[in-house]
Amino acid sequence: MSETTQTGPMLSADGVPLKTSLARALRRQKTRALLLIAPLLAFVIITFIIPIASMLFRSVENQIVSNTLPQTVAIVGDTTAQEASMDEMLFRVLYLDMYRAVEAKAHTRLGSRLNYEKSGISSLFRTSGRKLETVGEDFEDFFKDADSGMVKGPFWHELMQGEGGEDLLNDRLGLLTDLTSLEASGDLGFTLSGEAAALLPWAARAYADWALFTAIVDEKDVSTKKPWAGVYAALALDLADPATQSAVAAYGGSGAAELQAAVANIADMPATEFRAYFEDIDDKWVAPETWALLKVFGSQYTSGYFLNAVDMKLTPDGIEQRPDNERLYLKLFKRTLIMSMVITVSCIVLGYPVAWLLANLPMRSANVLMILVLLPFWTSLLVRTSAWKVLLQQQGVINDILVWLGFVADDSRLIMMNNSTGTIIAMTHILLPFMILPLYSVMKTIPPTYLRAAKSLGATNWTAFWRVYFPQSVPGIGAGSILVFILAIGYYITPEIVGGTDGVFISNRIAYHISSSLNWGLAAALGTILLAVVMLLYWLYDRIVGIDNVKLGG
Amino acid sequence: MADVKPQGFRPPFATFTAPLSALLAALFGFVVGNAYGEPWTGFVIGAILGAIIAFAIDKLPFGRTQSRLGTIVILGLAGLMTGSAGGVVSGVIIGAVLSWFIYWLDRGEYRKNVPVYYTAGQTLWHNSFMLICGLIFFFLIAPLMPVMWLSFNAQDFFTFTPEMLNFEAAGYSLKHYRDFLTTEEWMIPLKNSLIIAPIATVISVSFGTLAAIGLSQSHVPARRAIMAILISPMIVPLIISATGMFFFYAPLGNWIETNLGLSQTFVGYVKVILAHAVLGVPFVIITVTATLVGFDNSLTRAAANMGANPVTTFFRVQMPLILPGVISGGLFAFITSFDEVVVVLFVGSARQQTLPWQMFTGLREQISPTILAAATILVVISIMLLTTVELLRRRSERLRGLSPG
Repeated sequence: MSETTQTGPMLSADGVPLKTSLARALRRQKTRALLLIAPLLAFVIITFIIPIASMLFRSVENQIVSNTLPQTVAIVGDTTAQEASMDEMLFRVLYLDMYRAVEAKAHTRLGSRLNYEKSGISSLFRTSGRKLETVGEDFEDFFKDADSGMVKGPFWHELMQGEGGEDLLNDRLGLLTDLTSLEASGDLGFTLSGEAAALLPWAARAYADWALFTAIVDEKDVSTKKPWAGVYAALALDLADPATQSAVAAYGGSGAAELQAAVANIADMPATEFRAYFEDIDDKWVAPETWALLKVFGSQYTSGYFLNAVDMKLTPDGIEQRPDNERLYLKLFKRTLIMSMVITVSCIVLGYPVAWLLANLPMRSANVLMILVLLPFWTSLLVRTSAWKVLLQQQGVINDILVWLGFVADDSRLIMMNNSTGTIIAMTHILLPFMILPLYSVMKTIPPTYLRAAKSLGATNWTAFWRVYFPQSVPGIGAGSILVFILAIGYYITPEIVGGTDGVFISNRIAYHISSSLNWGLAAALGTILLAVVMLLYWLYDRIVGIDNVKLGG
Repeated sequence: MADVKPQGFRPPFATFTAPLSALLAALFGFVVGNAYGEPWTGFVIGAILGAIIAFAIDKLPFGRTQSRLGTIVILGLAGLMTGSAGGVVSGVIIGAVLSWFIYWLDRGEYRKNVPVYYTAGQTLWHNSFMLICGLIFFFLIAPLMPVMWLSFNAQDFFTFTPEMLNFEAAGYSLKHYRDFLTTEEWMIPLKNSLIIAPIATVISVSFGTLAAIGLSQSHVPARRAIMAILISPMIVPLIISATGMFFFYAPLGNWIETNLGLSQTFVGYVKVILAHAVLGVPFVIITVTATLVGFDNSLTRAAANMGANPVTTFFRVQMPLILPGVISGGLFAFITSFDEVVVVLFVGSARQQTLPWQMFTGLREQISPTILAAATILVVISIMLLTTVELLRRRSERLRGLSPG
């Protein structure tokens, strides 16, 4: 009967050991809590955490170079820039890569990407586009003279259509999908002949590029259309090779007659010196510096954006400091930090007395005064920013009053806007409630009797405040400061409107790169650095105050 | 105990009230004189005038209202001599301040709020401190006033016109409000804001409340980590959130448009609403968990004991008790969305232009004072929201942890 006589584990009412029963109950409770949290957690992760992660990724991502000129970059990677600039083979590959990129209109994008690293490159890519076609057209004319059937679609289709070239076709398809990020869907209406691919390797690759592009991007019928001029250049490359010439002589498949006619006239074919063609287009193409750049930025991931964000640059000779006149971001980061600090200190100076007054007044009057703090807090940020624009501009209220009172001459009105003064004043006003509210909630917990006790023990007002009250209010200052600082360092709207050029923050530069210069990688790198600073502060905030204890007025 | 001043005491007139009154009046005189290029003449006239008024208030047997009105009228008339409405208003203000100050000194009211044992220095510090606090409150509130005033401007300027300053009816009009309410330029953004903000609020409130209830249970694994993730949208600077969302939502939107065949406009709204909803989540979490700290869990057990299922318990027992916190969090989420401009600039397209966006572009390009009318309307809305929150807070002592006592 009595529990003391019971041996073995303690049992609950239904005979299960109590320990198991409790563990089960606990597990059920945990599951229920997690199930309640799960929808929101998933929502925040999908709509917020993943976007932030995608930004972090973008700050190092550099696939555009290897996606646009995949095979060129692969060759450059294995050689030195000096050798690359002399290598005829490289320029042949480059011709095919560039031709495909030009058709997909990706070469200008690559140009502007590389222009961030070395100015002037973007025009090289832009102007080369049309000229590649001219090179191909010379070859096309030659083939037309040899046999006019060669410049028609059916000739090519019959020559290349067949079985056995699937691997090559799939490779070329991979290159195209990397370039255009389009998914191949449905039937291409074309398969590559293995025989043609073996006989005419260059032409098969170029034709496959064209056929895939035509079928997937243009969504046209491959069998009747005439291919790009670049395909003729590739065919010329093949036919220029004596080994191929003899193979063509022995070839008996479709298109054999035309090919043999072309080989017969081979002496009239323009020279297949692609390095020289590229040199004609622009001698930057044969400059080792260009190839050094492509070598450095050919990798899939790069530290280049981060280096840019701290005024360095990645060069073929290693990491270098940018020249003085190009340094911008460290200065901007420093200004952002200094101005945020000034704003935080101004908020402490202005917020401390008010918070003290609110915490020490009787509840009724404190509530009334609290409304004066909360009203700006609840008022739209844009309203407050426009208010400061109205006040601070040269024809604004403050200047008007000063002129009316005769303190400032009409022709020498104070410039308080479009510089750092404007940003600091407006942002101090906007962020002040974020300082007052945490300070107030800490001060509210300091018993007023401490001050009285200190005074009755002979402390002066100042000693009592400085030695007794102030140390207890420090957590409030810490909480408020970190909150204000975190908010200030990422501000965009107010500096944009009242900051002019001297009063802008790093966030304005991020916005500029997103919407105007379109250098998204750099924007992401700047954002990542800013995020790291904020995360550090957040961690401090959590240590000092605890995230759970964030308080909101209202 | 010679220093202790009894409550009804009056300070010496000749060595205290008169010189200080003269000093304040002299400062006013200096400012007024400066406007006419003769600051020191103004200073002397002001000092003499101040001393005379102080003498009159101290010695002559008039009541408080009479003397104050008298001062105001006299200085108002003096202002009239300048011939402008601005002069009269300044005269009246100076009169009111000066007469208040003299009474405040003369009747010993400056000691009313300090303990009787305070020394002169301590009293001076106390009153200076009050003045400083007053100026800070002025700094907080005053910038909003010119916006409201200027929104009634009859001209298309961002600045005060002479007619406005002279209080002539011709200087004022409601035309900017008419513009605001009748042009598509403003009505479409307003409509967009009113579509986006409530839906975003509903999403963040419903998910947020559930999660807050989950978080406030006693055994939650990885509570700190979860909390950190849920609060992060508030901590991460908006520009970074906007950048990340820009990179993520643009391809996502394109994918949805091509694969699900939804219209671009609709997908645009969805993107902005989702972005705003996640920004509002931390506010809901914070306010609702704060409310739940004071929630008595035996109530749910009692409800279960009496046969209520969890859903009934939630809606009939828990919800009514935490409702103030939920509404408060919802208002925060609403104002976050309604006020948000950075994310919508990056994520939305021109069709999702919201009111803050329109104001932002307007301010950057300075198009018209219609912005000020919009701003005034927003101030009125925020006053209404603030009042609601205040009433909720007062009605429910449960919302502990929220600052204003």
